[in-house]
Amino acid sequence: MKKTFSILMVLTMLYACGGEQTVATDAVSASTNDPNSNPTYDPQRGEGKFTKVEVGAKIDEKLVKSGTKVFAVKCSACHKLTSEKLVGPGWKGVTERFKPEWIMNFVTNTDAMLNKDPKAQAQLEICLVRMPNQNVTDDDARNIYEFMRKNDSKK
Amino acid sequence: MKNLNFKLWLFIAIAFVFTMHSCKPKNANNTISADAAAKVYVAPGKYDEFYNFVSGGFSGQMSAYGLPSGRLLRVIPVFSVDPEKGYGFSEETKPMLNTSHGFVPWDDLHHVQLSKTNGDYDGKWLFGNANNTPRVARIDLKTFRTAEIIELPNSAGNHSSPFLTENTEYVVAGTRFSVPPDNVNGDVPINTYKKNFKGTLSFISVKKEDGKMELAFQIQCPGFNFDLSRAGKGVSHGWFFFSCYNTEQANTLLEVNASQKDKDFILAVNWKKAEEYLKAGKGKKQSVRYAHNTYNEKTHSATSEIKTEVIVLDSKELADLCYFIPCPKSPHGCDVSPTGEYIVGSGKLAAVIPVFGFDKMIKTIQAKDFIGTFEGIPVLKYESVLYGEVKKPGLGPLHTEFDNKGNAYTSFFVSSEVVKWNIKDLKVLDRVPTYYSVGHLCVAGGDTKNPNGKYLVAYNKITKDRYLPTGPELSQSAQLYDISGDKMQLILDFPTIGEPHYAQIVPADLIKNNSTKFYKLDDNKHKYASIGEGATKVVREGKIVHVYMTAIRSHFSPDNIEGIKMGDDVYFHVTNLEQDWDVPHGFGIKGAANAELLIMPGETQTLKWTPDRVGMVPIYCTDFCSALHQEMQGYVRVSPAGSNVPLSYSLGTNMPKADDDDKK
Repeated sequence: MKKTFSILMVLTMLYACGGEQTVATDAVSASTNDPNSNPTYDPQRGEGKFTKVEVGAKIDEKLVKSGTKVFAVKCSACHKLTSEKLVGPGWKGVTERFKPEWIMNFVTNTDAMLNKDPKAQAQLEICLVRMPNQNVTDDDARNIYEFMRKNDSKK
Repeated sequence: MKNLNFKLWLFIAIAFVFTMHSCKPKNANNTISADAAAKVYVAPGKYDEFYNFVSGGFSGQMSAYGLPSGRLLRVIPVFSVDPEKGYGFSEETKPMLNTSHGFVPWDDLHHVQLSKTNGDYDGKWLFGNANNTPRVARIDLKTFRTAEIIELPNSAGNHSSPFLTENTEYVVAGTRFSVPPDNVNGDVPINTYKKNFKGTLSFISVKKEDGKMELAFQIQCPGFNFDLSRAGKGVSHGWFFFSCYNTEQANTLLEVNASQKDKDFILAVNWKKAEEYLKAGKGKKQSVRYAHNTYNEKTHSATSEIKTEVIVLDSKELADLCYFIPCPKSPHGCDVSPTGEYIVGSGKLAAVIPVFGFDKMIKTIQAKDFIGTFEGIPVLKYESVLYGEVKKPGLGPLHTEFDNKGNAYTSFFVSSEVVKWNIKDLKVLDRVPTYYSVGHLCVAGGDTKNPNGKYLVAYNKITKDRYLPTGPELSQSAQLYDISGDKMQLILDFPTIGEPHYAQIVPADLIKNNSTKFYKLDDNKHKYASIGEGATKVVREGKIVHVYMTAIRSHFSPDNIEGIKMGDDVYFHVTNLEQDWDVPHGFGIKGAANAELLIMPGETQTLKWTPDRVGMVPIYCTDFCSALHQEMQGYVRVSPAGSNVPLSYSLGTNMPKADDDDKK
């Protein structure tokens, strides 16, 4: 009896769906995708709104100043400015390892990148704490990048 | 064609289900049709169509359910402390529960009302009443948190509350227990009730922009019990209706002594007139004491202010302010139809439901068709105000709400049923049993100008065998009915928190998109906030120690503190540095007499801790936050009073020379 009812339920629900496409959540579908098989995914750039970031020849101290403030509030709890890992990796040399687009996409589109970017996932395997989305604005992402550049320019 | 085949098949299947069931002995399940499950099924990950805000009765809280699934979404702490949220435990929230009597940790919340604009829900705020120590609370629907609580002087048993006018101009609060006013000596013999006791109706104004409440004025009325209330709307906007019982003015064994008269009253109050009198200076200032508590979202802190004055209008002296409509017998609900044309009185002990016409009331007043006065208030002639009576509706009518097709739904406690009847011809159309003994009921939008009319929920007073037994104490049962067709159809049972009285059902779209996801660190103006780990510190001020602490996945800063001494009071001000939705951190410290904290992203909350012994005391995060949540811990070292261990704090540096430290 119960079985009949279950079948009925399932059929009713299928019926109710009426050909509507089932949309899996991004998180689930993304993690099973291999980005390497996806020619539209650029692992150098990552995924997010930043496609081309203009970086000046000289370090922009104004941006660094703003970036310092963001670092203190939203980043410093987990990242050191040396190469030492705290909760997340140390920032020394980060601008040499990653393009500005990748870094700025990662800090503004954290969850999506953790779900599909090979380099972000490799870091997650080491740190085991998903980097929190700290709701960094686009401007602040740029400021942080300049702060990182400044940090990397120090010998 | 395919559709038709399927429907046919479905019909056969349903018929089959019915046949199978009918072999069983008769029980409540017989009233459930086979499509009930499909009607209440909300697929995993999908949202409900409605929020259902339900009063928590003697728990003092409110709860939010999803309908039609009956999923419990949230318990909103209002008038009682709530360890799950730290409400009433953190230093920041304690002032919310302050009253003129001091800190009251547990009250009784009966009725919830959503704010309205033009007679329809606007999704901004929820109001609730504290029945025991009279107060009205406002909950902000962006955060689902209690934003404001105002106490009511001259009141006791704030039952006919917090009903509100069609543009939320006023929230009312009528006293259930009449008492001598606060400014006179209440030390009088109880049997001087008729002489010394007064019933007070409070009108709380609500500011349109931010919801801020003020006790605008009170109306002093004869001493009896004010039970429930509804504002007029549409044609009757400008009036308020209060049901009254114990017009016998008994002061003992009310069960018998307040049930003597054939008719009690519905009090009609012309609040526009009250505003005129107020403007003309007819109100009398009275010296009282009441608390007004507000929660500031920027400082993440509540403040409690004691106010000392209220303006009172006297119903006896001011003409055209109040009128009594006789109503059989000990009326409970007095509910106003969507158009505002009809007022439905539900006499708990009456055999009929009287329906009064608003236009008839106005005509009766104009014709001075009175049968007398009661303590200076004109009593209108019943037959002149009456539109008609619903005959033999059931036993023990309590509450009525409305649908969008001109029908009313009344709950019957004694006969345990919901009865649907037509407002125009007053004919009973349908009745369904409830399990068991329904008290309040709620129709989607059922008290607005434009009811939705899709669902009705019965909130039952007795549960008995509806769920798996849980010992002598059972959660209250609620039942969801589909009322979109001619016949009401029971489709779901679900348990509720505390003892629900009034509730509201509102389309989720009005609320869900405005929900706050986290507090911005930039906006955090808490006096002891640490915006960033660089701002953390430990500061001693005599015997008070302030710990400016941060939490982020997965550590506290600082997490090692030494130099705390016996006799100190330590305040942990914990700022959650996360800036993402649904990443709270908890904070617990062993032996804390008032429990723990739960801190939302971007928020600062404070736990006071008084060490009671020398030794090592762990702290840790109590809300699973990350893969390394179990690592989110630290230590506080407590030394004897007068010890010379210096105050120090750190993160990530093991105290130097740990081995040597032992030898010290």
